[in-house]
Amino acid sequence: MSWPQAAERRAGQGAADRWLAALLWAAALFSSGIVFVIVSTVAVEAIPFLREIGLTRLVSDEGWYPTYGRFQMTAMLIGSLVVAAGACVLALPAGVVSAVYLAFYAGRWSGRIYQRLLEILAGIPSVVLGFWGLTTVVPLIAKVEQPGTSLLAASFVLTLMILPTVALIAFARIAAVPDAYYRGAIGLGFSRWQAIRQVVLPAARPGIATGCILAFARALGETMAVVMVAGNIVQVPTSVFQPVRTLSANIALEVGYAMDVHRSSLFASATILVLAVLVIFAVGRWVAREDAHV
Amino acid sequence: MLGYRIKLAAVALPLLALTVSAIQAKADETRLLLTGSSTIAPIAEEIAHLYEEKNQDVRIDIQTGGSTKGVIDQRRGLNDIAMVSRRLKPSESDLTAHTFALDGLAMIVHEDNAVEDLSSDDIRAIYTRKKTDWSDFGDDGGEIIIINKSEGRATLDLFLDHFGLIPPDIKPHMVIGENEQGIKAVAGNRSAIGYVAISTAFYDAEHGVAIKLVGLDGVLATVENVANGSYPAIRQLNLVTAGEVSKTTQAFLDFAQSEAVHEILDTFHVVAPSR
Repeated sequence: MSWPQAAERRAGQGAADRWLAALLWAAALFSSGIVFVIVSTVAVEAIPFLREIGLTRLVSDEGWYPTYGRFQMTAMLIGSLVVAAGACVLALPAGVVSAVYLAFYAGRWSGRIYQRLLEILAGIPSVVLGFWGLTTVVPLIAKVEQPGTSLLAASFVLTLMILPTVALIAFARIAAVPDAYYRGAIGLGFSRWQAIRQVVLPAARPGIATGCILAFARALGETMAVVMVAGNIVQVPTSVFQPVRTLSANIALEVGYAMDVHRSSLFASATILVLAVLVIFAVGRWVAREDAHV
Repeated sequence: MLGYRIKLAAVALPLLALTVSAIQAKADETRLLLTGSSTIAPIAEEIAHLYEEKNQDVRIDIQTGGSTKGVIDQRRGLNDIAMVSRRLKPSESDLTAHTFALDGLAMIVHEDNAVEDLSSDDIRAIYTRKKTDWSDFGDDGGEIIIINKSEGRATLDLFLDHFGLIPPDIKPHMVIGENEQGIKAVAGNRSAIGYVAISTAFYDAEHGVAIKLVGLDGVLATVENVANGSYPAIRQLNLVTAGEVSKTTQAFLDFAQSEAVHEILDTFHVVAPSR
């Protein structure tokens, strides 16, 4: 809503509206305040680390042996990004295909059932998916190449987790494309598939891109399932079969046991994770806006 | 609108009643909070049940998070007793350890593995990747997959202490957190080797999980050998307190170190220290 519009609406409001507005303001302030408190607590806990060890050693140290005074985190940051990117690469096509199926090809009942299935998939607790990954997916991958717990396993389990997000957002975006586009395309002699591919999907693209960014951020923060299937070795992977450790997995593995600088270093890594998510959201918005101009 | 209100009341009133009764219950009950080692937690849980049966006015809550978290909580006054599955460190001399059981660290492999016993030197060679294939030990499992624990864990500390290694020496293929995660990983991988608490490993191996406990330096990884002290890699299970403790806390500490809990210790394959 633009400002003149808001002003017009304000002109006609009564006491009840003013109360509601105050209440909404308070609610908004409260929720944004909590975000601020969380982020600043995490950042403050990271200060002892920055003071004693410093930012440069996050890059220059040889490996991550916090109880032994080595604090290199670049491998884990790369691990986080690669695992999440892998999940998006797998989830994007699957999600868009699911959405197209739901919007154009599914029958009344099959469509409903498929949508419910996606919602159930979204509702499975991540620790359960992780457990399933460890006992089912990992041994399968280990048959191809040891040790099985790997970048591939982590990305695959994450794919299942973000697929519903990607599919349902893409479906909503496709449904929001004006019906006239599709009918117009059909009227011009396009086949159904041509109309979908060349008219509907391009029109829905900015929304789908935003969905992807949301899914990427979720994948970046996901922890429990990744701890169980990623293998958690601190290294830059050179193949999808190698184990990796993500920043979030590292925090989950060590925070209960960490003291002093080690503990503070985990808060530093949490701060980095938060900043990474912020940057990704910013990039996402920019991409979506650029795309909308096309 | 009325229907909506009735529904809301139907949800809210029982919740309110629950809260009130919980607050009332708290008033005439003494509560004890134990936090710390995930190895001790299930044992402490059973001991607590038994103790609550005999002392109806006491409620005991148990939370995990690792030995070190227990120590941190104890120092901050966030718990009554810390569960610590290792010896106290020199830096923790402000605390008092009440050892109620002994447990060992077991090397575990897949049940199809032919290896029955490894020496401490073998373990060192495997974990530093000086020996990388099971054929070095008479098994056809191929490349050895090394499973290590994440930094800070009590089992890792015991492992490093016993084998005289430091973290950067170890070149693992997989890093795990909880004992059960390690056991699942080894059960699912024919070529893996890992280490977990004997108590957990023994229990799971007996209950059909596809793992095998390997002997260490010619001593079988069994409960008897932990009890008689002949097994090399042993650790203490401690209940830890700081300074003066309350009457309730002292009573529970005494109970946990009495004969009354031996049956429970047996079911967990840990043993009471001889006094």
